[in-house]
Amino acid sequence: MSGHTDTHHEESFWRKYIFSIDHKVIGLQYGITALIFLFFGFCLMMMMRWQLAYPEQAMPLLGWMFGEEGVMLPEMYNSLGAMHGTIMIFLGVVPLAVGAFGNYFVPLQIGAPDMAFPKLNMSSYWCYFAGGIVMMVGFFVPGGAANSGWTSYPPLSDIATTGQTVWLFGMVLLITSSLLGSVNTITTIIQLRAKGLTWMRLPFFVWTQFITAFLLLLAFPPLEAAGVLQLMDRLVGTSFFLPSGLVVSGQILEVSGGGSPLLWQHLFWFLAHPEVYVLILPAMGIVAEILANNTRKPLWGYKSIVYASSFLGFMSFVVWAHHMFMTGMGSTISAFFQTTTMIISIPSVVILTAMFISLWGGSIRYNTAMLFALGFLPMFGIGGLTGLPLGIAASDIHLHDTYYVIGHFHYVVAPGTIFALFAGIYYWFPKMTGKLLNERLGKIHFWTSMIFINGIFMPMFIQGLAGISRRLYDGGLTYAHATDTFYLNEMMSTSAWLLGLAQIPFIVNLIISLKSGEKANDNHWEATTLEWTDAPSPPLPHRNFEVIPEVHRGPYEYSVPGAKKGFIPQSEA
Amino acid sequence: MEIPYNVEERPDTGMYNAKLGIWLFLASEVMLFGGLFSAYVFLRMGDITGTFATGSSELNVPMATFNTLVLISSSVTMIMSWVSLKLGENKKFKTYLGSTILLAGVFLVVKYFEYSAKFHHGIYPDTSTFFSIYFTLTGLHMVHILGGMVVLFYFLVPGSKMMKTEPERFTNRIETVGLYWHFVDLVWIFLFPILYLL
Repeated sequence: MSGHTDTHHEESFWRKYIFSIDHKVIGLQYGITALIFLFFGFCLMMMMRWQLAYPEQAMPLLGWMFGEEGVMLPEMYNSLGAMHGTIMIFLGVVPLAVGAFGNYFVPLQIGAPDMAFPKLNMSSYWCYFAGGIVMMVGFFVPGGAANSGWTSYPPLSDIATTGQTVWLFGMVLLITSSLLGSVNTITTIIQLRAKGLTWMRLPFFVWTQFITAFLLLLAFPPLEAAGVLQLMDRLVGTSFFLPSGLVVSGQILEVSGGGSPLLWQHLFWFLAHPEVYVLILPAMGIVAEILANNTRKPLWGYKSIVYASSFLGFMSFVVWAHHMFMTGMGSTISAFFQTTTMIISIPSVVILTAMFISLWGGSIRYNTAMLFALGFLPMFGIGGLTGLPLGIAASDIHLHDTYYVIGHFHYVVAPGTIFALFAGIYYWFPKMTGKLLNERLGKIHFWTSMIFINGIFMPMFIQGLAGISRRLYDGGLTYAHATDTFYLNEMMSTSAWLLGLAQIPFIVNLIISLKSGEKANDNHWEATTLEWTDAPSPPLPHRNFEVIPEVHRGPYEYSVPGAKKGFIPQSEA
Repeated sequence: MEIPYNVEERPDTGMYNAKLGIWLFLASEVMLFGGLFSAYVFLRMGDITGTFATGSSELNVPMATFNTLVLISSSVTMIMSWVSLKLGENKKFKTYLGSTILLAGVFLVVKYFEYSAKFHHGIYPDTSTFFSIYFTLTGLHMVHILGGMVVLFYFLVPGSKMMKTEPERFTNRIETVGLYWHFVDLVWIFLFPILYLL
């Protein structure tokens, strides 16, 4: 047979670590790259926060980048904003949640030796890597990186500097990467489940990865289409997004016209709303695993949350235009999308409620993974509930494009998804490396992060309700309506920088524990799922398991009445 | 370790991995062209000056009709090549696969004459919204045809070694690329009426 991989002979360094086709190595590659991008995107934001807190003062240490005065120029601020969003979402959170966790743990949890298409898996990582490099190149072209927001709304983006073209090429590579990845994930889950692993025996984490992959598969192509159209506008001179008679800097633009900026918004949000669920679903999956494991109880309402998340995935395709209430698309369409938006909040609440009820009566182990998972619940709750006034067309008129929106979605993504990802790292690090992370450093990491992240985002609701626009370059210093809440900027910015410092214990922990951490046994958390019960830590290269396990029961059989042990592995007959 | 169901079907899903993979890929392709077709509808609805109607009347319908027939024939030869493999008639397979590539080539040549006639008359993608979408859609479709031709050529010449070593796997490969090829045809079946006839 070709495609035969001999696991016994020694692989070369390149084959083993760089161009590996082992899903675990690819998962780690994704994870490390994504963590670096997350940190980089965070740094961009820390620079922006200086500008918002002290708009007229030169930036310490980094001021040399902005010329003699040391004060950031507005164009630079716009670039940082656009690239912060792009990097955090497309190069940081999604690759970490889907590329790293999905790649590493889906095959392990379903009892497969690898992903269905190992070579495709490798190419999807390298497409992502190339996309990341192209995005970075944007910073060095004339006019700087893309500066039309991560949403790249035309007509602005059509006439923006070269950085926008680079951004579009970067996006095409990232979309290709996620397309290859999602085909692979879905095929793996459908085809490679171990014997006896029926759909209702899948760990919830696998379900969320499965639904996420469908969202990526079907929602990204319309953005690719939009990207092609915008590239045509920028390079060939078409006017898909440019209306007739558009005036730029006092001059009528010489284009054929007849296009529509709204078209971009529809195509963009057709991706970007499902993308929100791409961000949150894997996080819910990770949290569910950790909750069940550390409450030593079955997840409450497993079937309901599986159905709820499937419904969520489906509905996420029909809510996109709630981002566009203010565009003048008409009140009839607004009413439709307002209704679907209210409907989609129901499954989210079902999932969150099931997770809260799972805690009920549990004898909870408060390790770092669990703390982050517990932190996720109220933080995601705040993020979700503050979204309701944005989903109602009438209240959105006041809140649209203010700091309230920023506060809302950051609560979902930062202390929501990113906390869940941290939880996942603390939970699965022993499996990936065979070493334990230091709990004391972990707890310092959690509590400091928890405090400072709220210090950044909570005041945003106040500023947003005061009507302060999210895109003010000077933080509102020169705007009368913003003066009352301007003082909050300093505190928010200080929190942001302290949040940066709070990540040092985490980085130190990763390095120290990898070198000299306590050795972990194969099932350190006494979990029930296959990656813990049937694979060594770390799992065997290229085949994961000594013997492919057979599955006999559901994923969360903790504290079963009458059982001899506190937990029954899925593979136990 | 060998990946399960690489060649043989998984009993409960009735598919081998690549077949499911290509169907998923085609689903995403549907969304890609779906996005562009929606853009067409959206722009046409806002087209108050009537550039779509006038633009469409300048296209060469006989040439496009001929091309439609060419592509449909190529789909027929494509499926015949797969059938020949199934029946173990390797020589016929090569003939049919070769004719598929040849027909794809004919399509591209006709398209080349169409494009150059337009350029000759001073019609470019930036002439009007209709021609913008016309060149974008047909251009993207041609990229798909070219990509398909490269893969088909690979199976005809360098990749055909597998026909001897792993006949079953090779047949599967032809089936999956065939599915892709039919999809590319199908896109044209939609492009032809909305661009040339409406």
